[in-house]
Amino acid sequence: MNIAILENDHLQTLIDVLRKRGYQVIGPTLGEGAIVYDDLNSTANLPIGWTDEQDGGIYRLKKRNDKALFGYNVGPHSWKKYLLPSELRLWKIKRNGGSFQIVTENEAARKFAFVGVRSCDIHAILIQDKVFMNGQYIDQHYTSQRKDTFIVAVNCGKAGGTCFCVSMNTGPKATFGFDLAMTEIIEGKNHYFLVETGTELGAEIFREIPHKEASEKEKCAADDVLKKTAEQMGRSMDTANIKNLFYRNYEHPRWNNVAERCLTCANCTMVCPTCFCTTVEDVTDLTGEHAERWRKLDSCFTMDFSYIHGGSVRASTKSRYRHWITHKLATWIDQFGTSGCVGCGRCITWCPVAIDITEEVHAIRESETVIGKQKTVVKEDVHANT
Amino acid sequence: MQTLEPYLAEHPFLKGLDPRHLNIIVGCASNVSFDAEQYILHEGEEAASFYIIHKGKVALEIFTSDRGPITIQTIGEGDVLGWSWLIPPYHWHYDARAIEPTSAIALDAKCLRAKCEEDHDLGYELLKRFAHVITQRLEATRLQLLDVYGVH
Amino acid sequence: MKSFITEPMIPKPFRIHRKLKETHDTYTIELESTNGADGFPFSAGQFNMLYVFGVGEVPISISSDPSMPKMLKHTARSVGAVTKALLKLKSGDVLGVRGPFGSRWPVEEAVGNDVVIVAGGIGLAPMRPVLYSFISHRDKYGKIILLYGARTPEDLLYKRELEQWRGRFDLEVKVIVDSATGNWRGNVGVVTTLIPRIQFDPLHTMAMICGPEVMMRYTLKELQSRGIKNENIFISMERNMKCGICLCGHCQFGPKFVCKDGPVFCYDQIKELFGKREI
Repeated sequence: MNIAILENDHLQTLIDVLRKRGYQVIGPTLGEGAIVYDDLNSTANLPIGWTDEQDGGIYRLKKRNDKALFGYNVGPHSWKKYLLPSELRLWKIKRNGGSFQIVTENEAARKFAFVGVRSCDIHAILIQDKVFMNGQYIDQHYTSQRKDTFIVAVNCGKAGGTCFCVSMNTGPKATFGFDLAMTEIIEGKNHYFLVETGTELGAEIFREIPHKEASEKEKCAADDVLKKTAEQMGRSMDTANIKNLFYRNYEHPRWNNVAERCLTCANCTMVCPTCFCTTVEDVTDLTGEHAERWRKLDSCFTMDFSYIHGGSVRASTKSRYRHWITHKLATWIDQFGTSGCVGCGRCITWCPVAIDITEEVHAIRESETVIGKQKTVVKEDVHANT
Repeated sequence: MQTLEPYLAEHPFLKGLDPRHLNIIVGCASNVSFDAEQYILHEGEEAASFYIIHKGKVALEIFTSDRGPITIQTIGEGDVLGWSWLIPPYHWHYDARAIEPTSAIALDAKCLRAKCEEDHDLGYELLKRFAHVITQRLEATRLQLLDVYGVH
Repeated sequence: MKSFITEPMIPKPFRIHRKLKETHDTYTIELESTNGADGFPFSAGQFNMLYVFGVGEVPISISSDPSMPKMLKHTARSVGAVTKALLKLKSGDVLGVRGPFGSRWPVEEAVGNDVVIVAGGIGLAPMRPVLYSFISHRDKYGKIILLYGARTPEDLLYKRELEQWRGRFDLEVKVIVDSATGNWRGNVGVVTTLIPRIQFDPLHTMAMICGPEVMMRYTLKELQSRGIKNENIFISMERNMKCGICLCGHCQFGPKFVCKDGPVFCYDQIKELFGKREI
């Protein structure tokens, strides 16, 4: 594997090269009291020396005691902000004599370069690729955005309090789906990135940036960092036979328990990097001559989501939470051949009442183990008597 | 009388009944027929018999002062009409009107009640069969109550 | 520059050729393409998204004859904002059509078998294309039985056609209503009570059910008790379809998408889900 060293001072060159090639460079930056994704014209826009503290329902920015550029974990945003915009006009329509005429949107797709994409989020993007680009019908808007997306991954130098990518096999090291992947190393005065190229285009762009070959020892430094991160995971989830675990437990008392806590606020679906549900809204102007159709992000936690005449199919909180988690961890596998969860932990951090997907899985699994044990005991008793 | 026995033995309501019991029932049975529009029984009247429908169609009705007779159910070939004869005070709770020319076998209620008292095995067998009919009717009524095709 | 939006997301204009009143709140609208296209091929059971200018879109099953793709018919009931606006349109007005979407009834697969169709309420609309297909290839099938339940005699759809079908010797049509006043000569009761009264060969029978979920649940039980196997029972599900092309996530039914895997499902494939609450 070809691993090179990019000095911290030359990271700006990467941004410049990408911009020169027509990319809109997006990356993490401080905003809204969190680390969010926004335009990145300069490394100075990065949250230098900042980190975050995350736990169930808790997110707090904190100062680091170094000048790390990527020394934090994922924030409330995910890259779907750009690939699956929360609002998109699909078309305009105008009356035309007795008929109507549709005007489709013909903007050029923007070329995005995402800098600082964590491994879990690469997996999330690849999962949404399956949803929008792999079926009988493809989403033209998503596909046109995705075609030109340049991904600069950053391997996580620390794990967050709600991270569980190790359980989901989605991190902390980016192993595919990137053009370039970087591991940030700070050793005393040395501050550099170990850079791995993932695509021909990645290599081509990287050649334009001053770098040097990494020694064997330096290559190992990245592995050490990632090993430590993997050991720090804030959460874990046992995913063995998880699909059938949920299919077996559509009726489980735990759903009532979680429903007592869940506010159906939809935060989890908004921050989830794979949640893809949308609705459409039709609007018209006052003259009634022009109308538009907008696609908007939607959430399965709303009553409207499952509304058919007469009422909502999923009227209770319990059924809506069950639908969400069952979709993430079970039905998604049947639908798209992959889990819908990447272990990023956002739904745990941003849940106002700290509902924890890993804890819910654990509770359901544990209840089965207890019942299983009781059954075994009974069997043994029978044997003892015979 | 002899002609009724083979028919009753094959009727879904009595199928598989002990021949001894069937014989008793045949002893209380007679052929009846009704013209279209003829009332077979009226609400409040004494339930003097019940009917095993052989052919035709019968509407069970409730008369309402504002909407006239409302049909709550229709029954036909293979069905049983009436169970009020089993339960005191043995009065019909609905009207029953033939809406097509209908032939049936009437079973005399007093005769059958007396036989059931004498022979509890027969009584139990008949009650089980009526319980089945009543359950089905109750389920159907509940579904009708749901008004599944209405706008809610 | 290419359009952002996939073709199936763009409604095509269709003109209302005729609008027929079926009941006090239900109409059939007949549509013809405004640009003289060759028609609109579809299969029995599929649905279209109908767009009313500026108001919105609603999924409605196609209720016309699949062998006559130039005349699209939809029967809709005025229950929500969009259907209300849809049914206020007059002949000559234009609306948008996207489709056809979804799975089809097993019309081909039923060849050589008896067929039992059980429809409830507006559920007769998606069954009509099936009946047209059966009738035009009548000799390919065994018995064809239609059991149709509605709220009252006034709520029956396609009254004239029902009469015609009932008049045929090669169709068995039984209609039943939940309640009726004195002048109704037909059956009164629940559609499930008709099932014990029909004769068919249970091992060689295909059953197709369309109606409210609760009606389908009890119908299933009756059909199963008559010996029809789950893999020969088909039902049509309803969910909140928004895109029709499996991208918006709205119509999920467990792992299934009703817009793509349905609306017609083989019961055997959804038996674990069907009847579970709030799925």
